[in-house]
Amino acid sequence: MQVTVTVNGVEYTKEIEGRLLLVHFLRDVLGLTGTHWGCDTSNCGTCVVWMDGEPVKSCTVLAAMAGGREVRTVEGLANGAELDPIQEGFRQCHGLQCGFCTPGMLMTCRHLLDKNPDPTEGEIREAISGQICRCTGYSSIVRSVRWAAVHEAASK
Amino acid sequence: MQVPAPFEYERATSVDQAIGLLERLGNSARLVAGGHSLLPMMKLRLANFEYLIDINDLHGELGYIRLGAGEVRIGAMTRHRELLESDALAEVFPIFRDAERVIADPIVRNRGTLGGSLCQADPSEDLSAVCTTLDASCVIRGPRNTERVVSMEEFHVGPYETAVADNEILTEIRIPVKPYASGSAYAKVERRAGDWAVVSAGAAIWLDAAGRIADARVGLAAVGPNTTGIPEISAALRGQEPAEALYELAGAIAARTCDPVTDTRGSADYKRHLADELTRRTLRTAVSRARS
Amino acid sequence: MTTVSERRETEFEDNDQKPVGFGRMLRKEDARLLRGRGRFVDDVQLPGMLHLAILRSPFAHASIVSIDTSAAEASPGVKAVVTGETLKGLGLAWMPTLSNDVQAVLATDKVRFQGQEVAFVVAEDRYQARDALELIDVEYDVLEPVIDVRKALEPDAPVIRTDLDGKTNNHVFDWETGDEEETNRVFAEADVIVKEDIVYPRVHPAPMETCGSVADFDPVEGKLRLWSTTQAPHAHRTLYAIVAGLPEHKIQVIAPDIGGGFGNKVPIYPGYVHSIVGSIVTGKPVKWMEDRSENLISTGFARDYIMRAEIAATRAGKILAIRTNVLADHGAFNGTAAPVKYPAGFFGVFTGSYDLKAAHCKMTAVYTNKAPGGVAYACSFRITEAVYLVERIVDALSYELRMDPAELRLKNFIQPEQFPYTTKTGWVYDSGDYEPTMRLAMEMAGYEDLRKEQALKRAKGELMGIGIAFFTEAVGAGPRKNMDILGLGMADGCELRVHPTGKAVVRLSVKTQGQGHETTFAQIIAEELGIPPADIDVVHGDTDNTPFGLGTYGSRSTPVSGAAAALVARKVRDKAKLIASAMLEVSVADLDWVKGVFQVKGDPGKSVTIQDIAMRAHGAGDLPDGMEGGLEAQICYNPSNLTYPHGAYICVVDIDPGTAEVKVRRFIAVDDCGTRINPMIIEGQVHGGLTDGVGMALMEMISFDEDGNCLGASLMDYLIPTALEVPDWETGFTVTPSPHHPIGAKGIGESATVGSPPAIVNAVVDALKPFGVRHADMPLTPSRVWDAMRGQATPPI
Repeated sequence: MQVTVTVNGVEYTKEIEGRLLLVHFLRDVLGLTGTHWGCDTSNCGTCVVWMDGEPVKSCTVLAAMAGGREVRTVEGLANGAELDPIQEGFRQCHGLQCGFCTPGMLMTCRHLLDKNPDPTEGEIREAISGQICRCTGYSSIVRSVRWAAVHEAASK
Repeated sequence: MQVPAPFEYERATSVDQAIGLLERLGNSARLVAGGHSLLPMMKLRLANFEYLIDINDLHGELGYIRLGAGEVRIGAMTRHRELLESDALAEVFPIFRDAERVIADPIVRNRGTLGGSLCQADPSEDLSAVCTTLDASCVIRGPRNTERVVSMEEFHVGPYETAVADNEILTEIRIPVKPYASGSAYAKVERRAGDWAVVSAGAAIWLDAAGRIADARVGLAAVGPNTTGIPEISAALRGQEPAEALYELAGAIAARTCDPVTDTRGSADYKRHLADELTRRTLRTAVSRARS
Repeated sequence: MTTVSERRETEFEDNDQKPVGFGRMLRKEDARLLRGRGRFVDDVQLPGMLHLAILRSPFAHASIVSIDTSAAEASPGVKAVVTGETLKGLGLAWMPTLSNDVQAVLATDKVRFQGQEVAFVVAEDRYQARDALELIDVEYDVLEPVIDVRKALEPDAPVIRTDLDGKTNNHVFDWETGDEEETNRVFAEADVIVKEDIVYPRVHPAPMETCGSVADFDPVEGKLRLWSTTQAPHAHRTLYAIVAGLPEHKIQVIAPDIGGGFGNKVPIYPGYVHSIVGSIVTGKPVKWMEDRSENLISTGFARDYIMRAEIAATRAGKILAIRTNVLADHGAFNGTAAPVKYPAGFFGVFTGSYDLKAAHCKMTAVYTNKAPGGVAYACSFRITEAVYLVERIVDALSYELRMDPAELRLKNFIQPEQFPYTTKTGWVYDSGDYEPTMRLAMEMAGYEDLRKEQALKRAKGELMGIGIAFFTEAVGAGPRKNMDILGLGMADGCELRVHPTGKAVVRLSVKTQGQGHETTFAQIIAEELGIPPADIDVVHGDTDNTPFGLGTYGSRSTPVSGAAAALVARKVRDKAKLIASAMLEVSVADLDWVKGVFQVKGDPGKSVTIQDIAMRAHGAGDLPDGMEGGLEAQICYNPSNLTYPHGAYICVVDIDPGTAEVKVRRFIAVDDCGTRINPMIIEGQVHGGLTDGVGMALMEMISFDEDGNCLGASLMDYLIPTALEVPDWETGFTVTPSPHHPIGAKGIGESATVGSPPAIVNAVVDALKPFGVRHADMPLTPSRVWDAMRGQATPPI
């Protein structure tokens, strides 16, 4: 079947199988390997991307379901050389180590800040609770999001 | 990574068109909404279908929360996040917000739907327990605009099995709003955030003008083949003055009547204890909410 | 000795400091990882690449009667289907494990654990490869499995390893350490003896990236390139040479970005070999990436020790001796990742941080029909088990003595003047000053106030627990004469080259899986040479472009490779000094080194920078007589001893008396890893390990049903903590440098995974004191805590 998906503002039309998972469409068909996968059961959240403005687990969404919709991935966060504040927050506060869960975390946290520019620690923990990080123990991710919140507020 | 076996993808544009597709494709087809229960099972190849019919575009038609005088109607495509965020719903039935806070995780809640949760008919599923507690009924639409309304007890035929036929769609849940001061609550014990319930319990209380219990219902999850309402508790509580001893009685009935099994989530004894403990807790909260 | 509690990063501070040397510095690797431009194994795409999927055994123990692959071969896109019989013909059906056992690459005679590799398919895409697996028809004759480890040595137990000549039981090894006679004598004279049966259940490192590889065999060059998820690329290359018979110089192992290792990526798995065979057979690059279930059911597990612990003490609380008897479940093949002469890893440090009169351990290891492994899940070779044992039994002793657990520990610490301290099991602790570390943790926790709060809560029926653990780790394996893996000595190389303009490249034998080597190793060179870290490229994870060494696990990188980096920089500095003396026309004795600059003593205006010297070393100007051009050096560092980091951890939990749910309210971790290279990275390492500890203590476990079906085969069933189960970590530190390490650093990667489980379990048990609970085994799920509250605590296996 044919599917047309807009990814990071670029429209792609591809011939795919109905069963193709969105994460494989992004990685294998479009070569956007920034989005990872870590489980098969939608428990780990390394595959989180946005679909029509909302974070979804792309290992549990069919590429066909994304037809006609807008997808945003980690590759669509930075503005050229300039990092998005959430990326800069992760850099400043050591919000990543191996970097494998990071793209999914960044997408979720960017969405959180768009909805809630001044989240509490509890709200941040709740927002990322469907995602597993084996390296950071989450404290520095919480700090990273706070860093981004504070710096975004200051720049407005 | 695990991937599903091949199938044809169809996208439904309206409820009637989806029913038309189901009529044509029969039991070789399955509806998919959020997909967070179905797709993992298909990846594990525990479930295979020739056709998947994507009904996400029906959100416009079936995604709603309508509060009427005697009834709340919720469309089957209403997503968990919408149930969680609805202040109006939380006002009438706070049990929804209690439950939605502990269902899966925020990302899954962006996709998962009320209808999908009920149709999965997992005995540990939280919204089934909520609907059972609230004495909800399910609206099932079939070909040629036929519509039938069944109770939760009728809806759940068995574990992972519902009353919805191959050519039908669950379209709506209807919850009676009784002319009393009401309160409801939900509590879940899980091994970790996002896990299925070890045990969960919902309670709803309706108080008459004198402050006596006009009606009460308790629903449990994960302690039997299907999410269970417990008529014996309702019978024991009706007409009584809310009191700690009464909650204890209800808890004891819950523990006695449920039918848990030992598994990696916990021993049957522990689950029986939780049925008791959580029944008492949710009744207590429900009463205090009904009074406020 | 300094003691400091870690400064909390303020939200408003711009942290982009750039120290030339040690200090907080943002990571160099983040630039690509934050943009989705990391390159992990599954990101590798090669022209014409095929995909491999593995058929695994559904049974724990079964003979293979027949395998019919014809339907799979005819399936769309399939290029090859390979079974054990095919490999047998090539002499590749078996391969050595890291413990000198053998493991089936594909099963030939029978399957020995659920999830064992039976056949593989190579197809044009990953979906087709998966589909074809469904079409392979295997007939099994199911055998009785050995699942209960306690019954593995019973005379009528089925023999699992029928492949081993003359094997008539499931015995793997017996191992002993310490002085049994002396220990028994001390026990006989002790006032108090406390005994507990303590289980450390089977757990799994479960890194977020599963294991996988891309093999690309070029038949014309005869060269194999293998991108793989490996923590030890050089050791793997040598083993592939031995297994596959390929010449070592024709194998290039590339470990690109690795999505966490935690010990899981130390062994060689059959899947890696499959991809190599698949590439040789098809003539195309072949990718294998395991799914999450495959990762959990077949790759290296950790722990699985059943331990009887006994401690002897005086009534006044002087600990005299510890003895233990251990039954170790090694699964179907002995795949333990440990130096060969240490079949129980470094379990011998079970004497902990205490000055004992005697100690003894006896261990028996057995085969069962479970996945092989025995990797260090973010711990140095079985030290997690050892520390858990001693810290649990010390707490049990404090319960019996009715003595505060902090006080009991303080009373028994090895004293600073006793270092280097030789334990009763023969380990030489390099340095330590335990009391200040313990005191700092207590001060940060507000220990006295916590105990007061606990007393008030207990009076009201509330359950609050305070748990303490104090650990000494042994990390940085070598020296090579004592420690080797399959004959490869545990030492690490390092090469440093300073370019003409004063920029540099340093090449390491170790490999980051998230620890930040690209940053910290640049800082080590910067500290020694005064070249800014930004000017230093760190190359690692590619056997064609780095010197030989044993890799990153057991917290080896800083103690071994970090030492190599410091010493190779000093070698370069020595040469630079000679050049500087020629440039400044003074004798070397008249030169002072001020980070990055040689200056003439008494005349600091006369100086040359390391950059000036680099240009001279490569330039047309004169060099001292007999000196070669260039400014570079290499080294292979053989550590003289392990390093011994230590730490004091305090955990506060609250337990819901009605549901028995445990909430970790606070966790205070004070670590001493010697000299600190990058405090930000150290803190991150500690945070991650503490979270592992919450997982193991409260929820993680790989369990099996009686038929040997793995009950933890997905992340729905194998639970890993989320942000909601862990508190905001409170960290602090003391600094006791290692006397034998060139920069005094000790390694930090695994301390927190070692120290946190006993602190958490001790806290839970402390909370349950009103119920008379002295011990309860992990994982402390609500159901198991509830059992303990009713006096019905049971072991998890």
